[in-house]
Amino acid sequence: MSVDWHAFTPWPALAGGLLIGLGAALLIRFAGRIAGISGIVGGLLRPMAGDRAWRLAFLAGLLASPWVYALVAGMPRPRIDTGWSLLLVAGLLVGIGTRYGAGCTSGHGVCGLSRLSPRSAVATAVFMTAGFATVFVLRHLL
Amino acid sequence: MKRGLIAAFAGLVFGLGLIVSGMVFPAKVLGFLDLAGGWDPSLALVMAGAIAVGLPAFAWARWAKVKLPDSTRIDRRLVGGSLLFGIGWGLAGLCPGPALVVLGLGDAKALGFVAAMLAGMGLFELLERRARPR
Repeated sequence: MSVDWHAFTPWPALAGGLLIGLGAALLIRFAGRIAGISGIVGGLLRPMAGDRAWRLAFLAGLLASPWVYALVAGMPRPRIDTGWSLLLVAGLLVGIGTRYGAGCTSGHGVCGLSRLSPRSAVATAVFMTAGFATVFVLRHLL
Repeated sequence: MKRGLIAAFAGLVFGLGLIVSGMVFPAKVLGFLDLAGGWDPSLALVMAGAIAVGLPAFAWARWAKVKLPDSTRIDRRLVGGSLLFGIGWGLAGLCPGPALVVLGLGDAKALGFVAAMLAGMGLFELLERRARPR
């Protein structure tokens, strides 16, 4: 394993992480809700959900964030290089996987680890390992 | 109403964090997931930063008896679901939050990814309803 020090961006990573934590902290402190993105989206697909408003509001803030960022700094356009068919398979797996696993990078990885949940620690270890393995297969085996 | 405003602000701050940290760039995420290539450790610091703020926030939540997820089960659903999610994450370098931020910019591929993700979540609901009819 070799570290690509050119690509390493410690300060933006740390600062962005603090903001992500702050967003999650605001939501639990003032709304009593967990900032788990897959759970927030998935809850909208439930037939009897009586708590749509806060979910939609959170998602609106998330969708608006690049435009607010662009008011202050140049917003570089993220590029999705994965081809269409693989991309759709990826989306499908992320959708079904996060619902069965009851969380994603935010719900388990940020909020779950922050509340020291062993269940979230296992989930995070599993999806990280699966992510490492998938990229290894795609980039070094195929 | 108040809760809605707070949730919108929290979503905005969360999204800004995803942008500043680089999580919204699939190439950056894949650089972290590629242990055997030139490894970019940045995302480990994103996690560290987020958890540094999350720890006191959730310690408060426990102290204030805010309702938190109470399941402690570590079962096939948790492991299998997380496995599928991790594979999907590795295929495109996108997880749900960043995908939505990029969708906010009107990106066609992000729209495709999010549509497929919603289809996956919908499939889960269907299978759940079939397994446990109400």
